[in-house]
Amino acid sequence: MNMELSRRQFLKTAGAGVAGTTLGALGFGPIEEALASTIKPFRLVNTTEVRNTCTYCSVACGILIFSKGNLAKGEKADITHIEGDTDHPTNRGTLCPKGAALLDIVKSEQRLKQPMIRRAGSDKFEKISWDEALDKIAKAMKADRDANFIAKNNDGVTVNRWLTAGFLAASATTNETAFATYKVVRSTGILAFDNQARV
Amino acid sequence: MTNSWTDIKNTDLVIIMGGNAAEAHPCGFKWVTEAKATRGAKLVVVDPRFTRSAAVADYYAPIRQGTDIAFLLGVINYLIQNDKIQWDYVKAFTNVGYIVKEGFGYQDGLFTGYDEMKRDYNRSTWDYEIGPDGYAVVDNTLQHPRCVFNLLKQHVSVYTPELVERITGTPKDKFLKVASMMAECSSPTKTMTSMYALGWTQHSKGSQNIRCMAMIQLLLGNIGVRGGGMNALRGHSNIQGLTDIGLMSNLIPGYLTIPTEKEPDFNAYMSTRGFKPLRPNQMSYWQNYKKFFVSFQKAMWGASATADNNWAYDYLPKLDVPAYDVLRAFELMKQGKMNIYFCQGFNPLQAFPNKAKLAEALAKLKLLVIMDPLETETARFWENHGVYNQADPSKIQTEVIQLPTTCFAEDNGSLVNSGRWLQWHWAAGTPPGDAKPDTYIMAQIHLRLKEMYKKDGGAFPDPIVNLTWNYKDPHEPSPDELAKELNGYVVSDVFDPNDPTKKVLEAGKQVPTFGVLRDDGSTAAGCWIYSGCYTEAGNMMARRDNSDPDDTGAYLKWSFAWPANRRIIYNRASCNIDGKPWDDTRKLIWWDGAKWTGYDVPDIAPTAKPQDVGPFIMNPEGVSRLFTRGMMRDGPFPVHYEPFESPVANLIAPKVRGNPVARVFKDDFAQFADVASKEFPYAATSYRLTEHFHYWTKNNHVNSVLQPEFFVEISEQLAKEKSIQNAGWVRVWSKRGSVFAKAYVTKRIRPLMVDGKPVHIVGIPIHWGFVGAAKKGFPANVLTPFVGDANIETPEFKAFLVNIEPSTGPVA
Repeated sequence: MNMELSRRQFLKTAGAGVAGTTLGALGFGPIEEALASTIKPFRLVNTTEVRNTCTYCSVACGILIFSKGNLAKGEKADITHIEGDTDHPTNRGTLCPKGAALLDIVKSEQRLKQPMIRRAGSDKFEKISWDEALDKIAKAMKADRDANFIAKNNDGVTVNRWLTAGFLAASATTNETAFATYKVVRSTGILAFDNQARV
Repeated sequence: MTNSWTDIKNTDLVIIMGGNAAEAHPCGFKWVTEAKATRGAKLVVVDPRFTRSAAVADYYAPIRQGTDIAFLLGVINYLIQNDKIQWDYVKAFTNVGYIVKEGFGYQDGLFTGYDEMKRDYNRSTWDYEIGPDGYAVVDNTLQHPRCVFNLLKQHVSVYTPELVERITGTPKDKFLKVASMMAECSSPTKTMTSMYALGWTQHSKGSQNIRCMAMIQLLLGNIGVRGGGMNALRGHSNIQGLTDIGLMSNLIPGYLTIPTEKEPDFNAYMSTRGFKPLRPNQMSYWQNYKKFFVSFQKAMWGASATADNNWAYDYLPKLDVPAYDVLRAFELMKQGKMNIYFCQGFNPLQAFPNKAKLAEALAKLKLLVIMDPLETETARFWENHGVYNQADPSKIQTEVIQLPTTCFAEDNGSLVNSGRWLQWHWAAGTPPGDAKPDTYIMAQIHLRLKEMYKKDGGAFPDPIVNLTWNYKDPHEPSPDELAKELNGYVVSDVFDPNDPTKKVLEAGKQVPTFGVLRDDGSTAAGCWIYSGCYTEAGNMMARRDNSDPDDTGAYLKWSFAWPANRRIIYNRASCNIDGKPWDDTRKLIWWDGAKWTGYDVPDIAPTAKPQDVGPFIMNPEGVSRLFTRGMMRDGPFPVHYEPFESPVANLIAPKVRGNPVARVFKDDFAQFADVASKEFPYAATSYRLTEHFHYWTKNNHVNSVLQPEFFVEISEQLAKEKSIQNAGWVRVWSKRGSVFAKAYVTKRIRPLMVDGKPVHIVGIPIHWGFVGAAKKGFPANVLTPFVGDANIETPEFKAFLVNIEPSTGPVA
């Protein structure tokens, strides 16, 4: 890898070459330039490229995600393509059969798009607004916590625990999500707190 | 991992046992291929199946699932009998010469102190003899009968190649070949790497499987060196991070621990966490525990955590049992003792053992909250899917709220890979529909609770209303803000005690390293081992410089590795006692006469003299442990225990069933097949396929096309015996449930001869369910037993008993 130009450097050099040298030096006129510009441009010109890592196993292969629209500029961005990052020391551009199909999980028909509720005894999910769902959750938590919180054990020791609620945390969320989750869950006194480390 | 994926290229011998990297970690496995191609390294695979890793191995040995410890203790016996030990390393860097207390013993599969009723040990004799100077007594001549070496030698002596074959089913010649290949790495200039995953963890003695190989790596001098190490390949993309940040019942970020109710106050808590050195001059780095703990409490509760209230010690819940792990949580749920449960990106109805029990438990909840980017079986546990999920929704009162979350491509943040690299990633796309980040959801829950507790009061509101939540947008904290909290910051100015005019730390600044954290409340850090990841110099996790001086594989400027950007932990052990590299062609760090220097960040104080300070700085001994004192529940040395469901009795201790201290709930014991059961005669194991990731990719069209349908793998011999046709339907059942699958009759699985009796193996991939793009199918956890590892409660998915018969397939 050290012997190679990085892909980005290569593109920069090549791009400058095309614009500054080839077209001009070979005497292309305005018509040819117009023709050249109609040829389907390289995807890096038309899409936003973002660095990410694969969501599956913890080899954590580097990936490049290409989108129409630039999220960083506040635009709506539609992901069009995902490929391995050739600059990444571990995977050097390669992906496995799961990583190669990452676009499919991002765009899966099984993606959840809005909050839903299944009421007691019902055989279906119904739509619910974010606010209504979150209010319901918070109220249920407060009621259960107030009813079942154990401030002291039988020996009079302060234990401040809440055992009738539990939280199973994820394994593909970021460290930052994990810490926000940790803070909120731990502050309630929940002890049945676990993650996917075992499975 | 002690090392990294890119370091595997430096090895001479790769042992894949308890994993299948070519299949489950394909792009990391390329570093094995690299080592083979450029160094002439050899690959050995030991597995019940001839896996995709075995297909490219230099040598393959079959083994019966659940007998790895017998195999590995057999290797240790071989190393001792043939004197294939890197003695200079072992004598300098392990507790081989430490004297164990009088009274310690081992007999018939049990150590001293066993209480059968409690299924637990009194571990007081499992410790060193302490001398009048307060330090552990050591006999470097190894003559003392109770020194660790002599106890170990005696302990492993029973595991002869003959006994190994009788227990494991590995033919003696194959066992000896593998042992001799490993033994060659006792040379200071040859290294072996151990690559393992859930094939070792998912047993009732999973922790001891790993410990056993760690002992071998120490005896061979392979820890802390390039191309060596104990390399847990790990499963999910950030399971390392979630564990580092302590999202477990008994953890505080950075491997600190939640107090128990036997520690009623902070002094009692700290009294067992002093980590006084057990030998002179040792760093015993956990002596800094209080600094990390107080800094964590300051990160959580800011101004409300003060010296006067013992840093808000009472804000933390106190445990009454060792852990509220997920198995215990579902047991409580089943007993009707759990009312509300959250599943964040987690599908427990598929992921934990005994699906029928899990479904029964979920139906007793009042409220189940799902946060997930995808549909899951758990969210729809109440829905009737015929044989795939029999349910009567009208009888299930659980309310389920399903919240759509963003996925990896739609958020910024860091994930920790198996080599401990914290890699930052950037959002690329707009989330679908009304999906929101988890940070938004957690913030909303917190803000609502806080508001209600402020307004109406209630049970102990303090830890909720005083939680630090000073984000720019409290409704959705930004990943950068959270990362900065994890790194840690200075709360109040700190001045040099020798020169009060000199400000050492300035309030409001990010801390550069955990070395500056303090126990007086002047610093805060969410997760001390991450300190250095987001400093005043910026986000170190976002670094993308792939330069690698002299091609060592370290990549120090790519992202950030915990701790302290160190790529190979224990790296001081890459040098001999005088600080000279064991192998000049694989130098890592070295002593230059005044300080430690080299390619990696030294894992020792920079000026610690090599002869004085041991490399295992986290241990009070300064050395590593072949005898692990009372730190593991099931023994200071590993012992071969059969799985709870085993086709044979334990040859070395026929009276011991499973792991004698593994926790088993009453109802679950009744659901285990008997030892050597005639009703369930076949040894089953579960595993992943390269085309699928757990229960996610069945939601992908592409992956569902690649592996569309549930199948089980059996040998040609078993197929013949049971008249099962390749690609025909079979029914497989255990004492807990029954599944229909297509049969895949293969040469990759063969019966093993175990103590004169053939044992057939049934292989069961785990990926199917009743939602998704793939064909409906059964998950493996319909069959698996509800019991976990004695130390960490990882379920025993890898070894259980089933029966099998030809079938006409499921009737919908």
